[in-house]
Amino acid sequence: MNAPDKPEPGMGMIVRTVTRWLKGPILLFGIYIVMYGHITPGGGFGGGVIIACAFILIMLALGGQSGLGVFSKAAASRFDSVGLLIFLVVGWLGTFWASGYFYANFIDTPQEAWFTLFSGGTIPVLNIALGLKVASALFLVFTVLTALQIGGSQGDSQSRAWPAPTDGGEES
Amino acid sequence: MTEVLALLILLTVIAAIITVLTPNLLYSVISLGAVGFLLAIAFMFLAAPDIAIVQIGVEVVSLVILIRATLGRETQMVKVSRTVVGVAFAVAFVAVIGLFGIQVFNEFPVFGMPVMERFSDAPSATYLAQGLEETGAPNIVTAVLLDFRAWDTLGEATVLFCAALGTVAVLRRKARRFPEPGVDEQQEDETP
Repeated sequence: MNAPDKPEPGMGMIVRTVTRWLKGPILLFGIYIVMYGHITPGGGFGGGVIIACAFILIMLALGGQSGLGVFSKAAASRFDSVGLLIFLVVGWLGTFWASGYFYANFIDTPQEAWFTLFSGGTIPVLNIALGLKVASALFLVFTVLTALQIGGSQGDSQSRAWPAPTDGGEES
Repeated sequence: MTEVLALLILLTVIAAIITVLTPNLLYSVISLGAVGFLLAIAFMFLAAPDIAIVQIGVEVVSLVILIRATLGRETQMVKVSRTVVGVAFAVAFVAVIGLFGIQVFNEFPVFGMPVMERFSDAPSATYLAQGLEETGAPNIVTAVLLDFRAWDTLGEATVLFCAALGTVAVLRRKARRFPEPGVDEQQEDETP
């Protein structure tokens, strides 16, 4: 019934093949939603969730080892922090460098640039920061929760060996 | 339009009731997913594609996490005996909340009426009128989220950051490397 009975990690052949085809387009769709969040519906949060979905799909279908090979836990926690820091720093830049209130939109958009990708001032920057943050946070939560479940209750942590925990790397 | 929306909300309520009442944990998770996807379709009918995208994504992720958490885990059903005092408290709570709910429903605006028609000095009128000039972003939802009300989004991002931090801190593997007998099973029982 469940995946870890099989010798190779992950799910069956059909799921693995389809995942290998689909992981790129899903990731690309998430990045598109993030990048064009100020023009079309979407934005940092929705796009970040879709990017996290792509990595979770890789992790579930191809096994935890290859999923963490693409996007490791330490990288996820670092991207999480970096995304939130960029978000905060843009707000501070609006305060100290530009006109003087928190989250001031200090990059002017000329009228010719409306409805194009490079418009909206700080909004695309904040979108990308938020997408980075949401994607890595959701992936981190998923990784931690499922690692506990697989290692604990089913008792075959050998077949789906998670990488050895680095001391203090992601906790600090 | 309104009939379709009413049907969707009715199905959502039915799925939510099934979620609570079904004895099987997996059925419960699946019908919880039905609640989320029906809600996403309702958002689409209400012309809110931004929220619908977020709703579908979050629903998929939470459903996958819940299914991974329920599959292969032995769960025990706990029989809760109902006492007279408990039932009386439940009825009293439902009555009080229902009373407040009726009061709130009387204060609701007409369905589909925007806020700036009710209050002429509502800030949303300013956002709609000058959002494109001030921010350069045609998607007014993103303009409000990341420019006019970016501080709220900072709080939201901080909440997510704290949630991830708390999850990693509580479920970290470091503590599991020195297992005492019986500690592991106890953790497994307490985490859900």
